[in-house]
Amino acid sequence: MHKDSVQRTLLVAFLLCVVCSIVVATAAVSLAPVQQANQLLDKRKNILVAAGLAKPADLTAEKVDELFQNIELKGVELATGEYVDIDPDYSIQEAAKDPELSHKLSAEEDQADIRRQPNVMPVYLAKTEDGQIDKIILPVHGYGLWSTLYGFLALEADANTVAGLGFYSHAETPGLGGEVDNPKWKAQWPGKEVYKDGEPIVELVKGGVSEQTPNADYKVDALSGATLTSRGVTNLLQFWLGEDGYGPYLKKFRQES
Amino acid sequence: MSETKKVLLGPIFSNNPIALQILGICSALAVTSNLKTTVTMCIALTLVTACSSFFISCVRNHIPSSIRIIVQMTIIASLVIVVDQFLKAYAFQTSKQLSVFVGLIITNCIVMGRAEAYAMKNGPVMSFMDGIGNGLGYSAMLLSLGVIRELLGSGKLFGVTILETIADGGWYMPNGLMLLPPSAFFLIGLIIWGLRAVKKEQVEQDEYKIAPNTTGGSAHSHGQ
Repeated sequence: MHKDSVQRTLLVAFLLCVVCSIVVATAAVSLAPVQQANQLLDKRKNILVAAGLAKPADLTAEKVDELFQNIELKGVELATGEYVDIDPDYSIQEAAKDPELSHKLSAEEDQADIRRQPNVMPVYLAKTEDGQIDKIILPVHGYGLWSTLYGFLALEADANTVAGLGFYSHAETPGLGGEVDNPKWKAQWPGKEVYKDGEPIVELVKGGVSEQTPNADYKVDALSGATLTSRGVTNLLQFWLGEDGYGPYLKKFRQES
Repeated sequence: MSETKKVLLGPIFSNNPIALQILGICSALAVTSNLKTTVTMCIALTLVTACSSFFISCVRNHIPSSIRIIVQMTIIASLVIVVDQFLKAYAFQTSKQLSVFVGLIITNCIVMGRAEAYAMKNGPVMSFMDGIGNGLGYSAMLLSLGVIRELLGSGKLFGVTILETIADGGWYMPNGLMLLPPSAFFLIGLIIWGLRAVKKEQVEQDEYKIAPNTTGGSAHSHGQ
Protein backbone atom coordinates (compact mmCIF):
# COMPACT_ATOMS: atom_id res chain seq x y z
CA MET A 1 0.00 0.00 0.00
CA HIS A 2 1.40 3.37 -0.97
CA LYS A 3 1.96 5.81 1.89
CA ASP A 4 -0.36 8.48 0.50
CA SER A 5 -3.10 6.18 -0.78
CA VAL A 6 -6.65 6.66 0.48
CA GLN A 7 -6.76 3.30 2.29
CA ARG A 8 -3.48 3.99 4.02
CA THR A 9 -4.62 7.46 5.07
CA LEU A 10 -7.82 6.07 6.57
CA LEU A 11 -5.93 3.27 8.30
CA VAL A 12 -3.40 5.64 9.88
CA ALA A 13 -6.17 8.00 10.99
CA PHE A 14 -8.15 5.13 12.51
CA LEU A 15 -5.21 3.58 14.36
CA LEU A 16 -4.10 6.97 15.67
CA CYS A 17 -7.58 7.70 17.01
CA VAL A 18 -7.80 4.32 18.75
CA VAL A 19 -4.38 4.64 20.39
CA CYS A 20 -4.93 8.25 21.47
CA SER A 21 -8.40 7.62 22.85
CA ILE A 22 -7.13 4.67 24.89
CA VAL A 23 -4.34 6.81 26.35
CA VAL A 24 -6.66 9.72 27.17
CA ALA A 25 -9.43 7.52 28.56
CA THR A 26 -7.00 5.58 30.76
CA ALA A 27 -5.59 8.76 32.24
CA ALA A 28 -9.02 10.31 32.80
CA VAL A 29 -10.61 7.24 34.37
CA SER A 30 -7.69 6.21 36.56
CA LEU A 31 -7.17 9.72 37.94
CA ALA A 32 -10.86 10.57 38.43
CA PRO A 33 -11.13 9.47 42.11
CA VAL A 34 -8.12 11.61 43.12
CA GLN A 35 -9.51 14.59 41.20
CA GLN A 36 -12.94 14.32 42.78
CA ALA A 37 -11.40 14.09 46.23
CA ASN A 38 -9.44 17.26 45.42
CA GLN A 39 -12.54 19.13 44.32
CA LEU A 40 -14.48 18.17 47.44
CA LEU A 41 -11.55 19.11 49.65
CA ASP A 42 -11.22 22.45 47.88
CA LYS A 43 -14.91 23.25 48.36
CA ARG A 44 -14.77 22.31 52.01
CA LYS A 45 -11.65 24.39 52.57
CA ASN A 46 -13.44 27.39 51.06
CA ILE A 47 -16.37 26.92 53.40
CA LEU A 48 -14.16 26.64 56.47
CA VAL A 49 -11.96 29.58 55.57
CA ALA A 50 -14.88 31.82 54.59
CA ALA A 51 -16.69 30.96 57.79
CA GLY A 52 -13.62 31.86 59.79
CA LEU A 53 -13.45 28.38 61.31
CA ALA A 54 -9.85 27.84 60.17
CA LYS A 55 -6.92 29.57 58.50
CA PRO A 56 -5.89 28.37 55.02
CA ALA A 57 -2.31 27.66 56.13
CA ASP A 58 -3.16 25.00 58.71
CA LEU A 59 -5.83 23.17 56.73
CA THR A 60 -4.62 19.68 55.92
CA ALA A 61 -6.93 17.08 54.43
CA GLU A 62 -7.31 15.36 57.83
CA LYS A 63 -8.07 18.63 59.58
CA VAL A 64 -10.77 19.46 57.02
CA ASP A 65 -12.39 16.05 57.49
CA GLU A 66 -12.26 16.46 61.24
CA LEU A 67 -13.89 19.91 61.16
CA PHE A 68 -16.52 18.72 58.72
CA GLN A 69 -17.70 16.07 61.14
CA ASN A 70 -19.57 18.89 62.87
CA ILE A 71 -20.93 20.58 59.77
CA GLU A 72 -24.29 19.60 58.36
CA LEU A 73 -25.45 20.33 54.81
CA LYS A 74 -29.10 21.34 54.41
CA GLY A 75 -31.12 22.50 51.44
CA VAL A 76 -33.25 25.61 51.87
CA GLU A 77 -36.15 26.53 49.62
CA LEU A 78 -35.66 30.28 49.38
CA ALA A 79 -39.27 31.29 48.78
CA THR A 80 -40.58 29.59 51.93
CA GLY A 81 -37.43 29.31 54.03
CA GLU A 82 -38.19 25.61 54.65
CA TYR A 83 -35.57 22.88 54.74
CA VAL A 84 -35.72 20.49 51.78
CA ASP A 85 -33.68 17.46 50.74
CA ILE A 86 -30.52 18.25 48.84
CA ASP A 87 -28.01 16.21 46.88
CA PRO A 88 -24.48 16.52 48.36
CA ASP A 89 -23.20 17.24 44.84
CA TYR A 90 -25.72 20.05 44.25
CA SER A 91 -24.08 22.86 42.31
CA ILE A 92 -25.39 26.43 42.49
CA GLN A 93 -23.90 27.21 39.08
CA GLU A 94 -25.57 24.21 37.43
CA ALA A 95 -28.90 24.89 39.14
CA ALA A 96 -28.89 28.52 38.00
CA LYS A 97 -28.69 27.34 34.38
CA ASP A 98 -31.55 24.84 34.71
CA PRO A 99 -35.01 26.39 34.11
CA GLU A 100 -36.62 23.74 36.34
CA LEU A 101 -34.37 24.47 39.29
CA SER A 102 -34.11 28.24 39.07
CA HIS A 103 -36.13 31.33 38.24
CA LYS A 104 -35.38 34.50 36.36
CA LEU A 105 -35.01 37.68 38.37
CA SER A 106 -36.61 40.88 37.16
CA ALA A 107 -34.31 43.90 36.80
CA GLU A 108 -35.82 45.33 39.98
CA GLU A 109 -35.25 42.19 42.05
CA ASP A 110 -31.83 41.47 40.62
CA GLN A 111 -29.81 43.64 42.96
CA ALA A 112 -26.80 41.30 42.85
CA ASP A 113 -26.87 41.17 39.02
CA ILE A 114 -27.03 37.38 38.77
CA ARG A 115 -29.97 37.12 36.32
CA ARG A 116 -31.14 33.67 37.44
CA GLN A 117 -31.44 32.45 41.00
CA PRO A 118 -31.65 28.80 42.12
CA ASN A 119 -34.90 27.92 43.93
CA VAL A 120 -33.02 25.88 46.49
CA MET A 121 -29.72 26.89 48.07
CA PRO A 122 -27.41 24.74 50.18
CA VAL A 123 -26.64 26.02 53.67
CA TYR A 124 -24.09 24.61 56.07
CA LEU A 125 -24.81 24.42 59.77
CA ALA A 126 -21.69 24.29 61.92
CA LYS A 127 -22.47 22.67 65.26
CA THR A 128 -20.73 22.56 68.60
CA GLU A 129 -19.67 19.28 70.21
CA ASP A 130 -23.06 18.90 71.91
CA GLY A 131 -25.06 19.40 68.71
CA GLN A 132 -26.08 23.06 69.18
CA ILE A 133 -26.02 25.16 66.02
CA ASP A 134 -23.02 27.46 66.29
CA LYS A 135 -22.79 29.08 62.88
CA ILE A 136 -24.90 29.29 59.73
CA ILE A 137 -22.81 29.33 56.57
CA LEU A 138 -24.60 30.76 53.53
CA PRO A 139 -23.30 30.64 49.97
CA VAL A 140 -23.59 34.08 48.33
CA HIS A 141 -22.72 35.40 44.90
CA GLY A 142 -23.09 38.54 42.85
CA TYR A 143 -21.46 40.67 40.20
CA GLY A 144 -18.58 43.01 41.02
CA LEU A 145 -16.74 44.92 38.31
CA TRP A 146 -15.47 42.20 35.97
CA SER A 147 -16.79 38.97 37.35
CA THR A 148 -19.28 37.19 39.54
CA LEU A 149 -17.89 36.83 43.04
CA TYR A 150 -18.69 33.51 44.72
CA GLY A 151 -18.27 33.24 48.44
CA PHE A 152 -19.66 32.30 51.81
CA LEU A 153 -21.14 34.44 54.55
CA ALA A 154 -21.05 32.91 58.00
CA LEU A 155 -23.50 34.15 60.65
CA GLU A 156 -23.53 33.39 64.35
CA ALA A 157 -26.44 31.42 65.81
CA ASP A 158 -28.44 34.64 66.32
CA ALA A 159 -28.70 34.82 62.48
CA ASN A 160 -27.64 38.45 62.66
CA THR A 161 -24.00 38.74 63.72
CA VAL A 162 -21.35 38.11 61.06
CA ALA A 163 -18.81 35.40 61.83
CA GLY A 164 -16.93 35.77 58.57
CA LEU A 165 -17.15 36.60 54.89
CA GLY A 166 -14.90 35.28 52.15
CA PHE A 167 -14.88 34.76 48.40
CA TYR A 168 -13.40 31.70 46.74
CA SER A 169 -13.86 32.60 43.09
CA HIS A 170 -13.71 35.96 41.35
CA ALA A 171 -11.72 37.81 38.68
CA GLU A 172 -11.58 41.33 40.11
CA THR A 173 -8.56 43.58 39.43
CA PRO A 174 -5.51 42.32 41.34
CA GLY A 175 -4.45 44.88 43.95
CA LEU A 176 -7.76 46.81 43.83
CA GLY A 177 -11.01 44.81 43.78
CA GLY A 178 -8.92 41.67 44.22
CA GLU A 179 -8.24 42.89 47.76
CA VAL A 180 -11.52 41.25 48.81
CA ASP A 181 -9.17 38.36 49.56
CA ASN A 182 -6.95 40.47 51.82
CA PRO A 183 -7.04 38.97 55.33
CA LYS A 184 -6.83 42.45 56.86
CA TRP A 185 -9.94 43.57 55.06
CA LYS A 186 -11.76 40.35 55.90
CA ALA A 187 -10.82 40.77 59.56
CA GLN A 188 -13.26 43.72 59.77
CA TRP A 189 -16.26 41.46 59.27
CA PRO A 190 -16.59 39.31 62.38
CA GLY A 191 -18.86 41.00 64.90
CA LYS A 192 -20.69 43.21 62.39
CA GLU A 193 -24.48 42.99 62.29
CA VAL A 194 -26.62 42.64 59.20
CA TYR A 195 -30.27 43.31 60.13
CA LYS A 196 -31.68 46.45 61.66
CA ASP A 197 -35.44 46.29 62.32
CA GLY A 198 -35.60 43.34 59.94
CA GLU A 199 -33.95 45.20 57.04
CA PRO A 200 -30.54 44.03 55.80
CA ILE A 201 -28.69 47.35 55.92
CA VAL A 202 -25.13 46.04 56.16
CA GLU A 203 -22.94 47.94 53.69
CA LEU A 204 -19.46 48.94 52.61
CA VAL A 205 -18.75 52.65 53.07
CA LYS A 206 -16.03 54.99 51.88
CA GLY A 207 -13.71 56.73 54.27
CA GLY A 208 -13.48 54.13 56.97
CA VAL A 209 -15.63 53.26 59.95
CA SER A 210 -14.99 54.55 63.46
CA GLU A 211 -16.98 54.31 66.64
CA GLN A 212 -18.50 57.73 65.95
CA THR A 213 -19.93 56.60 62.62
CA PRO A 214 -23.72 56.24 62.88
CA ASN A 215 -24.72 52.58 62.65
CA ALA A 216 -21.06 51.58 62.79
CA ASP A 217 -22.05 47.99 63.59
CA TYR A 218 -23.60 47.67 60.16
CA LYS A 219 -20.76 49.27 58.18
CA VAL A 220 -17.46 48.01 56.86
CA ASP A 221 -14.68 50.06 55.26
CA ALA A 222 -14.86 49.71 51.47
CA LEU A 223 -11.96 48.59 49.28
CA SER A 224 -9.68 51.47 48.23
CA GLY A 225 -9.77 52.16 44.52
CA ALA A 226 -12.47 49.57 43.92
CA THR A 227 -15.79 51.42 44.07
CA LEU A 228 -17.59 48.97 41.80
CA THR A 229 -16.34 45.82 43.51
CA SER A 230 -17.29 47.35 46.89
CA ARG A 231 -20.72 48.25 45.58
CA GLY A 232 -21.03 44.70 44.22
CA VAL A 233 -20.26 43.23 47.64
CA THR A 234 -22.83 45.50 49.33
CA ASN A 235 -25.42 44.59 46.70
CA LEU A 236 -24.87 40.88 46.89
CA LEU A 237 -25.03 40.87 50.69
CA GLN A 238 -28.20 42.94 50.80
CA PHE A 239 -29.74 40.81 48.06
CA TRP A 240 -28.98 37.45 49.65
CA LEU A 241 -30.00 38.62 53.11
CA GLY A 242 -33.18 40.23 51.77
CA GLU A 243 -36.64 38.88 50.99
CA ASP A 244 -35.55 37.28 47.70
CA GLY A 245 -32.58 35.60 49.36
CA TYR A 246 -32.23 33.95 52.74
CA GLY A 247 -34.48 36.54 54.43
CA PRO A 248 -37.46 34.20 55.00
CA TYR A 249 -35.21 31.36 56.11
CA LEU A 250 -33.25 33.45 58.60
CA LYS A 251 -36.47 34.97 59.98
CA LYS A 252 -37.85 31.51 60.60
CA PHE A 253 -34.52 30.44 62.07
CA ARG A 254 -34.60 33.29 64.60
CA GLN A 255 -38.19 32.55 65.61
CA GLU A 256 -37.49 28.89 66.19
CA SER A 257 -34.34 29.30 68.22
CA MET B 1 27.56 15.28 20.64
CA SER B 2 27.93 18.88 19.49
CA GLU B 3 24.75 18.51 17.44
CA THR B 4 22.83 17.40 20.54
CA LYS B 5 24.23 20.34 22.47
CA LYS B 6 23.25 22.75 19.74
CA VAL B 7 19.73 21.34 19.58
CA LEU B 8 19.40 21.36 23.36
CA LEU B 9 20.94 24.73 24.24
CA GLY B 10 20.54 26.71 21.03
CA PRO B 11 16.90 27.68 21.70
CA ILE B 12 17.74 29.26 25.06
CA PHE B 13 19.61 32.33 23.81
CA SER B 14 20.49 32.24 20.15
CA ASN B 15 17.18 30.91 18.81
CA ASN B 16 14.70 31.56 21.59
CA PRO B 17 11.16 30.61 20.55
CA ILE B 18 9.64 33.64 22.27
CA ALA B 19 12.35 36.28 21.79
CA LEU B 20 13.40 35.45 18.24
CA GLN B 21 10.54 33.52 16.70
CA ILE B 22 7.89 35.44 18.69
CA LEU B 23 5.87 32.26 19.33
CA GLY B 24 3.90 31.31 22.41
CA ILE B 25 3.35 34.89 23.60
CA CYS B 26 -0.23 34.24 24.76
CA SER B 27 0.65 31.96 27.64
CA ALA B 28 3.75 34.03 28.43
CA LEU B 29 1.41 36.91 29.34
CA ALA B 30 -1.17 34.84 31.11
CA VAL B 31 0.68 32.61 33.54
CA THR B 32 3.70 34.66 34.64
CA SER B 33 2.17 36.81 37.40
CA ASN B 34 3.59 34.40 39.98
CA LEU B 35 6.39 31.87 39.85
CA LYS B 36 4.48 28.83 41.02
CA THR B 37 2.14 28.77 38.03
CA THR B 38 5.04 29.79 35.77
CA VAL B 39 7.15 26.80 36.78
CA THR B 40 4.24 24.38 36.41
CA MET B 41 3.46 25.76 32.98
CA CYS B 42 7.14 25.51 31.92
CA ILE B 43 7.36 21.87 33.00
CA ALA B 44 4.05 21.04 31.30
CA LEU B 45 5.03 22.70 28.05
CA THR B 46 8.54 21.21 27.98
CA LEU B 47 7.16 17.72 28.57
CA VAL B 48 4.47 18.09 25.94
CA THR B 49 6.87 19.51 23.33
CA ALA B 50 9.48 16.80 23.96
CA CYS B 51 7.04 13.86 24.06
CA SER B 52 4.96 15.02 21.11
CA SER B 53 8.12 15.55 19.03
CA PHE B 54 9.29 12.09 20.05
CA PHE B 55 6.07 10.29 19.12
CA ILE B 56 5.57 12.26 15.93
CA SER B 57 9.13 11.48 14.90
CA CYS B 58 8.59 7.77 15.63
CA VAL B 59 5.67 7.59 13.18
CA ARG B 60 6.89 10.27 10.77
CA ASN B 61 7.52 7.78 7.95
CA HIS B 62 3.98 6.43 8.18
CA ILE B 63 2.09 9.73 8.32
CA PRO B 64 0.31 10.43 5.01
CA SER B 65 1.14 14.00 4.03
CA SER B 66 -2.51 14.91 3.41
CA ILE B 67 -3.43 14.47 7.08
CA ARG B 68 -0.08 15.22 8.71
CA ILE B 69 -1.15 18.37 10.55
CA ILE B 70 -4.21 16.71 12.03
CA VAL B 71 -2.15 13.68 13.07
CA GLN B 72 0.28 16.00 14.85
CA MET B 73 -2.58 17.85 16.49
CA THR B 74 -4.17 14.62 17.72
CA ILE B 75 -0.93 13.45 19.30
CA ILE B 76 -0.29 16.84 20.91
CA ALA B 77 -3.86 17.15 22.15
CA SER B 78 -3.80 13.69 23.72
CA LEU B 79 -0.59 14.49 25.57
CA VAL B 80 -1.94 17.81 26.78
CA ILE B 81 -5.10 16.16 28.13
CA VAL B 82 -3.00 13.60 29.98
CA VAL B 83 -0.83 16.36 31.50
CA ASP B 84 -3.95 18.32 32.46
CA GLN B 85 -5.49 15.28 34.16
CA PHE B 86 -2.29 14.70 36.13
CA LEU B 87 -2.19 18.32 37.26
CA LYS B 88 -5.82 18.17 38.37
CA ALA B 89 -5.05 15.07 40.39
CA TYR B 90 -1.71 15.99 41.94
CA ALA B 91 -1.38 19.79 41.78
CA PHE B 92 -4.98 20.90 42.17
CA GLN B 93 -4.40 24.47 43.39
CA THR B 94 -1.89 25.24 40.66
CA SER B 95 -4.08 23.68 38.00
CA LYS B 96 -6.95 25.88 39.16
CA GLN B 97 -4.81 28.98 38.66
CA LEU B 98 -3.57 27.79 35.27
CA SER B 99 -7.19 27.08 34.29
CA VAL B 100 -7.53 27.03 30.52
CA PHE B 101 -3.89 27.68 29.77
CA VAL B 102 -2.85 24.07 30.16
CA GLY B 103 -5.49 23.10 27.62
CA LEU B 104 -4.27 25.88 25.36
CA ILE B 105 -0.81 24.26 25.11
CA ILE B 106 -2.51 22.35 22.28
CA THR B 107 -2.57 25.51 20.21
CA ASN B 108 0.81 26.76 21.41
CA CYS B 109 2.74 27.55 18.26
CA ILE B 110 6.00 26.26 19.74
CA VAL B 111 4.75 22.67 20.06
CA MET B 112 3.20 22.62 16.62
CA GLY B 113 6.15 24.48 15.11
CA ARG B 114 8.72 21.99 16.42
CA ALA B 115 6.63 19.02 15.30
CA GLU B 116 6.31 20.37 11.77
CA ALA B 117 9.78 21.90 11.43
CA TYR B 118 11.95 19.34 13.21
CA ALA B 119 10.26 16.11 14.28
CA MET B 120 8.90 15.36 10.80
CA LYS B 121 12.47 15.31 9.41
CA ASN B 122 14.63 13.95 12.25
CA GLY B 123 14.98 10.84 14.39
CA PRO B 124 13.06 10.31 17.65
CA VAL B 125 15.95 10.92 20.06
CA MET B 126 17.07 14.15 18.42
CA SER B 127 13.44 15.28 18.17
CA PHE B 128 12.98 14.64 21.86
CA MET B 129 16.11 16.72 22.59
CA ASP B 130 14.85 19.46 20.31
CA GLY B 131 11.56 19.49 22.22
CA ILE B 132 13.38 19.73 25.54
CA GLY B 133 15.61 22.49 24.15
CA ASN B 134 12.71 24.58 22.93
CA GLY B 135 10.86 23.93 26.17
CA LEU B 136 13.92 25.27 28.00
CA GLY B 137 14.01 28.33 25.75
CA TYR B 138 10.34 28.99 26.56
CA SER B 139 11.01 28.33 30.25
CA ALA B 140 13.99 30.70 30.36
CA MET B 141 11.81 33.52 29.06
CA LEU B 142 8.83 32.69 31.28
CA LEU B 143 10.94 32.38 34.41
CA SER B 144 12.58 35.77 33.75
CA LEU B 145 9.11 37.30 33.38
CA GLY B 146 7.83 35.45 36.43
CA VAL B 147 10.70 36.63 38.65
CA ILE B 148 10.33 40.27 37.61
CA ARG B 149 6.52 40.29 37.77
CA GLU B 150 6.11 38.53 41.10
CA LEU B 151 8.96 40.45 42.76
CA LEU B 152 7.82 43.90 41.63
CA GLY B 153 4.10 43.11 41.62
CA SER B 154 3.72 41.52 45.02
CA GLY B 155 7.20 41.71 46.59
CA LYS B 156 7.47 37.94 46.72
CA LEU B 157 9.22 35.03 45.02
CA PHE B 158 7.44 31.66 45.09
CA GLY B 159 5.06 33.20 47.62
CA VAL B 160 7.93 34.00 50.04
CA THR B 161 8.11 37.67 50.98
CA ILE B 162 11.30 39.34 49.71
CA LEU B 163 10.22 42.98 49.73
CA GLU B 164 7.89 43.70 52.65
CA THR B 165 4.87 45.54 51.20
CA ILE B 166 3.26 48.58 52.81
CA ALA B 167 0.01 46.65 53.22
CA ASP B 168 1.85 44.16 55.43
CA GLY B 169 3.64 46.89 57.40
CA GLY B 170 6.83 47.10 55.30
CA TRP B 171 8.23 49.77 52.99
CA TYR B 172 7.62 48.44 49.47
CA MET B 173 4.80 49.89 47.37
CA PRO B 174 3.95 47.09 44.95
CA ASN B 175 3.53 47.92 41.28
CA GLY B 176 0.03 46.68 40.45
CA LEU B 177 0.68 46.90 36.71
CA MET B 178 3.14 44.02 37.03
CA LEU B 179 0.29 41.71 38.04
CA LEU B 180 -1.68 42.54 34.90
CA PRO B 181 -1.00 40.79 31.57
CA PRO B 182 0.13 43.91 29.61
CA SER B 183 3.23 44.25 31.80
CA ALA B 184 4.55 41.01 30.29
CA PHE B 185 4.29 42.65 26.86
CA PHE B 186 6.51 45.53 27.96
CA LEU B 187 8.96 43.15 29.62
CA ILE B 188 9.17 40.83 26.61
CA GLY B 189 9.81 43.90 24.44
CA LEU B 190 12.60 45.07 26.74
CA ILE B 191 14.16 41.60 26.89
CA ILE B 192 14.09 41.28 23.09
CA TRP B 193 15.72 44.73 22.85
CA GLY B 194 18.43 43.71 25.32
CA LEU B 195 19.03 40.37 23.62
CA ARG B 196 19.36 41.95 20.19
CA ALA B 197 21.68 44.66 21.50
CA VAL B 198 24.08 41.89 22.57
CA LYS B 199 23.45 39.45 19.73
CA LYS B 200 23.43 41.73 16.70
CA GLU B 201 22.76 38.87 14.28
CA GLN B 202 19.22 38.58 15.68
CA VAL B 203 18.30 42.05 14.42
CA GLU B 204 15.92 41.66 11.50
CA GLN B 205 16.46 43.42 8.16
CA ASP B 206 13.96 46.20 7.53
CA GLU B 207 11.22 45.00 5.22
CA TYR B 208 10.78 48.55 3.99
CA LYS B 209 12.31 51.93 4.73
CA ILE B 210 10.24 54.87 5.89
CA ALA B 211 10.66 57.60 3.27
CA PRO B 212 12.29 60.83 4.50
CA ASN B 213 9.90 63.65 5.24
CA THR B 214 9.71 65.80 2.11
CA THR B 215 7.50 68.66 3.32
CA GLY B 216 10.28 70.60 4.95
CA GLY B 217 10.28 68.86 8.31
CA SER B 218 8.65 71.78 10.15
CA ALA B 219 5.66 69.80 11.42
CA HIS B 220 7.38 68.30 14.43
CA SER B 221 9.31 71.36 15.52
CA HIS B 222 6.20 73.51 15.82
CA GLY B 223 4.07 70.96 17.56
CA GLN B 224 1.29 72.35 19.79
